[in-house]
Amino acid sequence: MATASNTHDDHGHGHHDHTPGFVARWFFSTNHKDIGILYIIFALLAAFVGVGLSLLMRIELQSPGMQIFADGQAWNVAVTAHGVVMVFYVIMPALIGGFGNYFVPIMIGAPDMAFPRLNNISFWLLVPALMLAVGSLFVGGAGTGWTLYPPLSNSTYQSGMGLDMALFSLHLAGASSILGAANFITTIFNMRAPGMTLHKMPLFVWGMLVTAFLLLLSVPVLGGAITMLITDRNFGTAFFDPAGGGDPVLFQHLFWFFGHPEVYIMILPGFGIISHVLSTFSRKPIFGYLGMAYAMVAIGVVGFVVWAHHMFTSGISVDTRAYFMAATMIIAVPTGIKIFSWIATIWGGSITFKTPMLFALGFIFLFTMGGVTGVKLANASIDVVLHNTYYVVAHFHYVLSLGAVFSIYAGFYYWIGKMSGKQYPERWGQIHFWMTFIGVNLTFFPMHFLGAQGMPRRYPDYPDAFAGWNLVASLGAYVSVASFLVFIYVCFRTLMGSEKAAGNPWGEGATTLEWQVSSPPPFHTFDELPRIR
Amino acid sequence: MIGQPHNWAMTLQEAAGPIKESIHDFNQIVLWIIVITTIVVGLLMAYAIWRFRASANPVPSRTSHHTLLEVAWTVVPVLILIGIAVPSFRLIYYQDRARDAELTVNVTGRQWYWHYGYPDQGNFAFDSYPIQEADLKPELGHLRNLSVDEPMMIPVGKDIRIITTGQDVIHSFFVPSLGVQKYTIPGRTMETWLRADRVGTFYGQCNQICGTNHWFMPIVVKAVPQAEFEAWVASARQRFARADGSPAQVAASPVAPQDPEAGTQLAQLRR
Repeated sequence: MATASNTHDDHGHGHHDHTPGFVARWFFSTNHKDIGILYIIFALLAAFVGVGLSLLMRIELQSPGMQIFADGQAWNVAVTAHGVVMVFYVIMPALIGGFGNYFVPIMIGAPDMAFPRLNNISFWLLVPALMLAVGSLFVGGAGTGWTLYPPLSNSTYQSGMGLDMALFSLHLAGASSILGAANFITTIFNMRAPGMTLHKMPLFVWGMLVTAFLLLLSVPVLGGAITMLITDRNFGTAFFDPAGGGDPVLFQHLFWFFGHPEVYIMILPGFGIISHVLSTFSRKPIFGYLGMAYAMVAIGVVGFVVWAHHMFTSGISVDTRAYFMAATMIIAVPTGIKIFSWIATIWGGSITFKTPMLFALGFIFLFTMGGVTGVKLANASIDVVLHNTYYVVAHFHYVLSLGAVFSIYAGFYYWIGKMSGKQYPERWGQIHFWMTFIGVNLTFFPMHFLGAQGMPRRYPDYPDAFAGWNLVASLGAYVSVASFLVFIYVCFRTLMGSEKAAGNPWGEGATTLEWQVSSPPPFHTFDELPRIR
Repeated sequence: MIGQPHNWAMTLQEAAGPIKESIHDFNQIVLWIIVITTIVVGLLMAYAIWRFRASANPVPSRTSHHTLLEVAWTVVPVLILIGIAVPSFRLIYYQDRARDAELTVNVTGRQWYWHYGYPDQGNFAFDSYPIQEADLKPELGHLRNLSVDEPMMIPVGKDIRIITTGQDVIHSFFVPSLGVQKYTIPGRTMETWLRADRVGTFYGQCNQICGTNHWFMPIVVKAVPQAEFEAWVASARQRFARADGSPAQVAASPVAPQDPEAGTQLAQLRR
């Protein structure tokens, strides 16, 4: 049945590898692989904005005093834009829209996504969303942090269009995510090839399935919260205004009911990628497959009932703090299962250290470091002195900037040959890995010290006693930015290069379906539905 | 003692009171646990990377299950987490509020200064503004971005109830060396407590993004002996307006008026 709808989308050209013309292929695309590539290009372009902003911020923080930002508001705008762009327009599009779109259908042996046109609009909603987010920078911006807490985000304190544009940007990105999530869930449940039971599904698909559910259930809550914020700002309602009977803390609950699952949304697809890379380059099956799959399900489920650990100092009662503390620490258990199962996957293997493997190994160690600081922050008792400090900044950059981003890089090097038909230059890949690894650690590790000493987040200028580690962090950031440029060079070399990628360049360790087809796969991937033993 | 950050320091700011001391004790336990966990993971990885590299181990094993191991790495973390959770629960209840506080200080965060009220000492209230960089006096020990004109004064060794309220946007009252942090949220009244066991000056900063000068609304808590505190209260009641009397001076100037005439009343309101 799915094949039939596919023929229809291809303007009746049939099953041959007959691609439409440029405009039809890239602007009206309904092909999951083309849309996936569009998402990856989009994420790469947005990354220039996100990385550029972080470079500006680290230049500002390199030494005490105000250097390049006009005032605190300009700084707050940069902080907000960095967060929003990185979360919604770099990591999510790359992992979910990019690798998810490209590889979920192939890995389950489906000819395409269940709703190809929905897939198309999911992508094209993101383009105006990013334009609104970047455009808001030029009309005053949103100086609230990505958390958007009212009353600071009310019209009294953030007047002007900037914040409204950012809110509409989030609405569009949210709509895109919800549609994409519905598409993934339908695809994964209904379009698996014969024999591909749920318990044989590759872990990346499992990660995407859990992610899609998290998106479907959490993003509407964000939508509700920011809709109320928009009407508070523009139509005189008082959902979050105590003077009108509203409550600022309500927004925090709604935001984090979305915001906490959101962090798992950003990492679960990465978990899947890491499992495949480790298995491939160890030439060994994934250790504890079922435990790995259900650990992700557990993280997804528990991830919905821990949100108020972001609010330990917001005046929630002590019994509530006790509950959220306990629930949060429980997440360490499935995460621990994943870490140890990954180590067991490489244990006894025959390991080759290609670039994707380096990023995957780096991911395990750095994600562990980000994870254990999370256990510490989960303790409301300690969080009293670490909440909103650079310790938190270090923690979430270890799990995102080093976790999610390393998984994106691992996926990129693992699959770029498959996607483009050209293999990346191995030497430059390795240089890219080491530069990134050193750069990000130099940037974010000293932030633990700054946070322990009490340096608050979102400060453009700080007391002189924080100067030392800030200098180190800034130097690290320059290395990281340089490594991003190396990555751009790698992309350029790969696509301009002449080294053709084989259908399966990785050998016997690569067992998922995408390695059974040519590189790049034919326009409709499979001539006939594969059968899984 | 001066509770402040230090250049190149890597640990928590030193403790000046019992709450922060108990945080230190507990933090030490958790820190060791997470450092050891990270080292164990790192060593396991390093060994696997070295021992199972393709040249040393050309034929990979096909092992993909080991029930005992999988149970072990589920149960052991659970036990460790329970071990962390028990003292942590005890600590959050201890931190929550003071049973018999000696006095109460009302803390209000405002864009971009702090407002302190002393309801038990005659209900006076005053604003605490940061000292501009140009006005810093090194001979007085002023610290850039940390010093204020009127610190919040407390008697040493006494339990102080802190009641936070908000007025404009959300701020966060955060003094690391005393182990205290609470948001000040409009429409809400929240309680926490602190105690300084040593005479000294304890610096903190607003810790919730609150607009353009978020980075420039420091907090200074000064703990002094009881007699000195009482002398300060006596003079403060002269200098500052009653909290329920004239509205707070929302001066445009970032430097608070220190005019002694500003205080207009003397009525005593002891509860």
